[in-house]
Amino acid sequence: MSQPSEIQPARVTVNAVGEGCEVVLAGSWQITDPRPSWAKLLGAAEPKRVTVRLGEVPRWDTSLLLFLLEVEEWCRQRGFYFNSEALPEKIRVLLAQMMASHESSVPFDRTESFLATVGLATADTLAKARAISSFVGECVLSTVRLVRSPQRFRWRDCFTEMQQCGAMALPIVSLVSLLVGVTLAYTGALVLRQYGGDIYIADLIGLAMVREMGAVMTGVVLAGRTGAAFAATLGNMKANEEIDALETLGIPAVQFLVLPRILALGLMMPFLVLYSDALGIIGGLLVAYGQLSIPPAAFWAEMLTIVDLSDVASGVIRGVAFGVIIGLAGCLRGLQAERSAAGVGRAATSAVVTAILLMIVADAIFAVLFNALGI
Amino acid sequence: MNGTSHRQNPDEASALPPAPAIEVEHLECGYEGKVVLKDVSFTVRPGEIFFIIGGSGCGKSTLLRHLVGLNQPRAGLVKFLGQPFSAADPATRRQILRTFGMLFQGGALWTSLTLRQNVALPLEEYTTLSARDIEEVVALKLRQVGLVGFEDYFPSEISGGMKKRAGLARALALDPAIVFFDEPSAGLDPVTSRKLDELIREVRDTFGTTIVVVSHELASIFDLADRVVMLDSAQQGIIAEGHPRELAASSRDPRVREFLRRDDLPKPGA
Repeated sequence: MSQPSEIQPARVTVNAVGEGCEVVLAGSWQITDPRPSWAKLLGAAEPKRVTVRLGEVPRWDTSLLLFLLEVEEWCRQRGFYFNSEALPEKIRVLLAQMMASHESSVPFDRTESFLATVGLATADTLAKARAISSFVGECVLSTVRLVRSPQRFRWRDCFTEMQQCGAMALPIVSLVSLLVGVTLAYTGALVLRQYGGDIYIADLIGLAMVREMGAVMTGVVLAGRTGAAFAATLGNMKANEEIDALETLGIPAVQFLVLPRILALGLMMPFLVLYSDALGIIGGLLVAYGQLSIPPAAFWAEMLTIVDLSDVASGVIRGVAFGVIIGLAGCLRGLQAERSAAGVGRAATSAVVTAILLMIVADAIFAVLFNALGI
Repeated sequence: MNGTSHRQNPDEASALPPAPAIEVEHLECGYEGKVVLKDVSFTVRPGEIFFIIGGSGCGKSTLLRHLVGLNQPRAGLVKFLGQPFSAADPATRRQILRTFGMLFQGGALWTSLTLRQNVALPLEEYTTLSARDIEEVVALKLRQVGLVGFEDYFPSEISGGMKKRAGLARALALDPAIVFFDEPSAGLDPVTSRKLDELIREVRDTFGTTIVVVSHELASIFDLADRVVMLDSAQQGIIAEGHPRELAASSRDPRVREFLRRDDLPKPGA
């Protein structure tokens, strides 16, 4: 490639010899350049014997072998004679290899029978259930150890994680919560205005944010931000054998890596939920003032008629549960990650999906529970 | 094995000496303001097996990364087959990149692709071959490195030695004129390591491919190398250049003699 001007493209001359033909290959044969087509060169001719030899070939590579393979196949399919004896030994050896790989290359069949697929899926589900139970059990045992000897707990790691998942998440939680409040207010205003009940927008926003949306939206944001980060971090640590190193030192990964993260999320979630509630209410208040001309003082007074501390507590309790769920899902998926870059990516995705799914299930359970308790 | 083909027809000797495959002129390498190597100059002849050797931390892999363009040199020039590479425009750079392959230390296979897809990717990117032709080339390359039957395995399903061989098949996919190896023996058992050395030699012997190897494995160095350059961290550059046996026997530099001491190597027939 150094002297492009000197490079002659690959070319083929076909000379008729009796019932057969002699094929002379010349020029530079490079896999990155186009090569002559045997079928086009031949047209309608059907030589019974094809003899191939090299002319002026300054360089050649697999491109030449592909051409020879095409000629050889053409001859074989018709029962004609392919004579490669005039070719250099190296090329003949390579051509033989190529023909062998051509014949032996069978796609790997990964399909399984129906029964095997069902059986494997069942075994896989059971294994996953066992892994989840074992992981949750280890977390509980580690928590007991933490309560018994808190001085041995990695508080510094826990505080670092609290900063990461708490303070560092404030900007995104602010934006999302404010916009959720705004959206709820606009949607509510559409209905309430028709009945002249504009003022009840305060009740709608207050209850929705405090009981549900504050906790759910904070949970969703943290599942995407922190849960995925937990899974990616632990997945990378697993790929780098850092977790194996902990285990060989007799330090359980759950105690060292998982518990500080779950505890950090569980501790920060109440504050983030309260913050989210406040931002959502402010968003609703702004819309109420701008669109429905409801003064902020009236909005606040109306909201306090329906929102009480038990509503706030129900939101905070949800938030704590969501925090633990996000931490568990992120750490579990991280520890289960395959030892590869793709495995880490899959673990992060799986952590977010698992966390959101479990949060919705937990939210439904809380709704039923709080209803039964009259909260 | 019979690796890739390229080069001029070995049967036709040219009257003029061939241009160097690689020319390195006053290269200065480093990261983020820190100089690791300075004033590094050497040439690699076509068809040569050339080793870059030295102790841990002397800058072997750094030099390799600068040679193949993964890092930009702070100063100096790298030429491949007479063409300046380090300061080339993107189009020329892409053209030059086609002429060399690289085997990374861990194989660096793309984990989401099967071995077949790993080897096929450069062919799909750089050639106009039909899907069927690509299949043929991939099957040949994997056969040449002894991975017949593993075409549809994912990298996570094969051993470290197999990953390296698959990485070599990928490096050879475009029949490069030059192949770089970064610590090919690292993490391999002696038998697998020797087999990989044999593969390297056969790639060169069959087609005259230029081989550049970064290594500190003495067995490989003495077995394979036509020439070596030895780097030293204190001097931040080359302290010796030549055939390893000659350097081991007659180098005046005690660091070179110490590095190339073969007392621990198994004797033939032992």
